[in-house]
Amino acid sequence: MTLARRIIPCLDTDGVRVVKGVRFESLRDAGDPVALAERYDREGADEVVVLDIAAARDRRPTFVKTIHRAALALSIPLTAGGGIRTLEDARAVVEAGADKVTVNTAAVRDPELVTALADAFGSQAVVLAIDARRAERGWEVCTRGGRDPAGLDAVDWARTGTRHGAGEILLTSIDRDGTQSGFDCELTAAVAEAVGVPVIASGGARTPSDFLHVFERGRADAALAASVFHDADLGIGTLKAFLAANGVEVRPLP
Amino acid sequence: MDYGAGNLPSVERALARAGAGTERAASPAPLETADAIVLPGVGHFGRLAAALDDQALRAPLLAAIARGVPFLGICLGMQALWDGSEEATAARGLGVLAGRVTALPAGVKLPHMGWNRVRRRAPARLLEGVPEDAYLYFAHSYAGPAGVEAVAVCDYGATFAAVVERANVFGVQFHPEKSGPAGAAVLANFVAAVGNGTAAPGRTRSPARTAP
Repeated sequence: MTLARRIIPCLDTDGVRVVKGVRFESLRDAGDPVALAERYDREGADEVVVLDIAAARDRRPTFVKTIHRAALALSIPLTAGGGIRTLEDARAVVEAGADKVTVNTAAVRDPELVTALADAFGSQAVVLAIDARRAERGWEVCTRGGRDPAGLDAVDWARTGTRHGAGEILLTSIDRDGTQSGFDCELTAAVAEAVGVPVIASGGARTPSDFLHVFERGRADAALAASVFHDADLGIGTLKAFLAANGVEVRPLP
Repeated sequence: MDYGAGNLPSVERALARAGAGTERAASPAPLETADAIVLPGVGHFGRLAAALDDQALRAPLLAAIARGVPFLGICLGMQALWDGSEEATAARGLGVLAGRVTALPAGVKLPHMGWNRVRRRAPARLLEGVPEDAYLYFAHSYAGPAGVEAVAVCDYGATFAAVVERANVFGVQFHPEKSGPAGAAVLANFVAAVGNGTAAPGRTRSPARTAP
């Protein structure tokens, strides 16, 4: 028995609505993150991530409500992220029903936040999100949605974050994100080899082979994507069947 | 049981789907009258043990279990059944099961996070109708010993208890409320066993209280 590799659709929201192009005409409300999350649950997704990419303070209560509705609708784990700056921000989404929270910019500013979250909710609930860009040597961490270089090496930061109590790394390649040119397997493998916690690869997914490569070469424990699933270019069932046929252990469709 | 550690909405919703009504118990009173008790679990063993004492839940919970009230512990809530845990060596578990919870060994990625299968060693009431090869969702770094009560075990770094059953005491290391249709079936089995009396062998129950 071994652990199945996970396929994780990600929903980018403005707190209320899915903001990336969604073309599921069969959904009653294609922009409703809860309707979309439910659909992924039925299709065999292993987890769902819902992000508040705007992270506007005045929309925060609405995002928490969205998380609550999603948690009640899902029979699989739910991760909430975007704009988690304090223990209280995290507590709000956890009490709303999120199983895990992601922290990114706020953790770079204050790594003790990771420790505080792990103490409060357990390491298994704390996902350190790292946005990394290729540098002259290795990869550098960027914050604020990939805009600001943080002056940290991504592999070092992943190690530091797990020492502070992060139970998982959500690793996004800024170079690949939105390009549909495949995951950065080299980056993923570098981080996966450096830390003892699971690594979720993100950024660049398009084809089933991209996923196969990031599990084999990138040694990812899970792979996350958004638009390739939203646009129905790639069904989760199709993807899992392809991975299973190529020797990757995945949870079959329910 | 509500000891302030999150994930209650998901457990309540999953139990409702399985046909059970739920009430949050943050104090002893609801434990006196409940038809069944569920201790969900995320977080730290030490915090759970402290909360059981701070909220005066330990004695009434043990009394209910001794009366034969069906009990289901989920994840950390299952780990609480043993004497103690390596995660918080000074903290006291419930001592319902003999032995201690230990850390999963280094050499595998921890936490044990994601979907894994379990291996049955004895007939398991909770797993009736659940396919042998079903994947269930785990998220933990510590685990209970695969002793005689472990009717199903999981292998990840070590072999540990995945499902324990002894009379009216049930525990699952995975999260049934997050394990898709297979997890829903586990909770439905628990709720059905509470309803038809098979969750509490030998206990005489009032028929009026079994009606949904």
